[in-house]
Amino acid sequence: MSSVRVLVGTHKGAFVLTSDAKRKRWDVAGPHFAGWEIYHVKGSPVEPNRLYASQCSGWFGQLIQRSDDGGKTWDAVGNQFSYDGALGTHQWYDGTPHPWEFKRVWHLEPSLTDPDTVYAGVEDAALFRTVDAGKTWHELPGLRQHGSGSRWQPGAGGMGLHTILLDPGNPERIFIAISAAGVFRSDDAGKTWRPTNQGLRSQYIPDPTADVGHCVHRIAMHPSRPDVLFMQKHWDVMRSDDAGESWQEISGNLPSDFGFPIDVHAHEPDTIYVVPIKSDSEHFPPDGKLRVYRSRTGGNEWEALTKGLPQQDCYVNVLREAMAVDSLDSCGVYVGTTGGQVYGSADAGDTWAPIVRDLPAVLSVEVQTLQ
Amino acid sequence: MIRVILPAHLRTLARVNGEVELAAPDLVTVRSVLDALEASYPVLRGTIRDHVTLQRRAFLRFFACGEDLSHEPPDAPLPDAVAKGEEPLLVIGAIAGG
Repeated sequence: MSSVRVLVGTHKGAFVLTSDAKRKRWDVAGPHFAGWEIYHVKGSPVEPNRLYASQCSGWFGQLIQRSDDGGKTWDAVGNQFSYDGALGTHQWYDGTPHPWEFKRVWHLEPSLTDPDTVYAGVEDAALFRTVDAGKTWHELPGLRQHGSGSRWQPGAGGMGLHTILLDPGNPERIFIAISAAGVFRSDDAGKTWRPTNQGLRSQYIPDPTADVGHCVHRIAMHPSRPDVLFMQKHWDVMRSDDAGESWQEISGNLPSDFGFPIDVHAHEPDTIYVVPIKSDSEHFPPDGKLRVYRSRTGGNEWEALTKGLPQQDCYVNVLREAMAVDSLDSCGVYVGTTGGQVYGSADAGDTWAPIVRDLPAVLSVEVQTLQ
Repeated sequence: MIRVILPAHLRTLARVNGEVELAAPDLVTVRSVLDALEASYPVLRGTIRDHVTLQRRAFLRFFACGEDLSHEPPDAPLPDAVAKGEEPLLVIGAIAGG
């Protein structure tokens, strides 16, 4: 019997939501790490009961927690994230050089093949990796040092490496995305990197088509088609059909092309989801209506999904890590809001219901489909 | 014996209740007490001071005997009452809402 486990990171702890495949009745466990910011929780695809969590606080810094029993119990593992080699500088908000300074782990991406190997995306932007289940972390310095790093600049939310996509067909290929630097690709397992931002256009940087400087909020791929990428940028929804070599806008008829998350249906590689947000100065849905938008055509043609979502007086946000899909049939879709709701749809977005309504602000949502 | 009082979150992290008691180092200083604390509770490494620079985290303070010792040199001897275990060293988190 299949089941689903939803891993929720919030401003004040982690929660584990579980259901059978019907996805009607949910058990809510938590808070784990009560009072701490949990930026991300994610499980190993090869050993699903192995979970990793990023736990942090302004007082006590960064911790990484590991569970080997699906989130029932946790142990802190290594939390030392030291940049490799010369620190170097990136641009500060005022354009002056600013030395790299570790702040927190935004994203944990377990390897597709080894439960002890995990990639960590951190602020200030860099990529780290553990190969010993989190005991020790080492930077993959080729990203930060590849040449454009001195021109990267934080957005208002900090300069975080927030997305890591591992190509299931090519273990040498990794995509990452940084706010506000853009998308970068490695074809040698993280040793060397180059920007892959051609076709992006951002009016908030001096050269709108520069090779770096774009505030990419999220990228997503379907595992069956890893050369096709979808992007929600700080304005504009984009698509690449050539592994990031070039991007085309697919915002189409969206009511706003600003937003944070983007994800792909588990079984339909051209069905994608976004949550339009009014603007970069008003981080809530247009018209007070929380609407997930779905395109079944790989972009440009979008339909609003509203059944079961609040359609009046709704002024929450859905952050970049806070959308995920399960791989049941039919595909489940999940979004978490800054108002503490986690909404789930067991029918690919046609209808929605709250799984839980009153959590702390949701930072991240991940889903595991368990057999 | 040295007594240390940790903030609630660090007590949870270290899985301790109440005060922590540590064997007294030869010279009782902030540095030697934190060294002993981290040796007994490795999970606290990086949470009170930086792993590498050993600088105190900005939102934490060290109090003892009614004094704020946060800006004393880390190798300065702590008050005798702390060294004798009569008074605890307090690790204090900045007060904040939210």
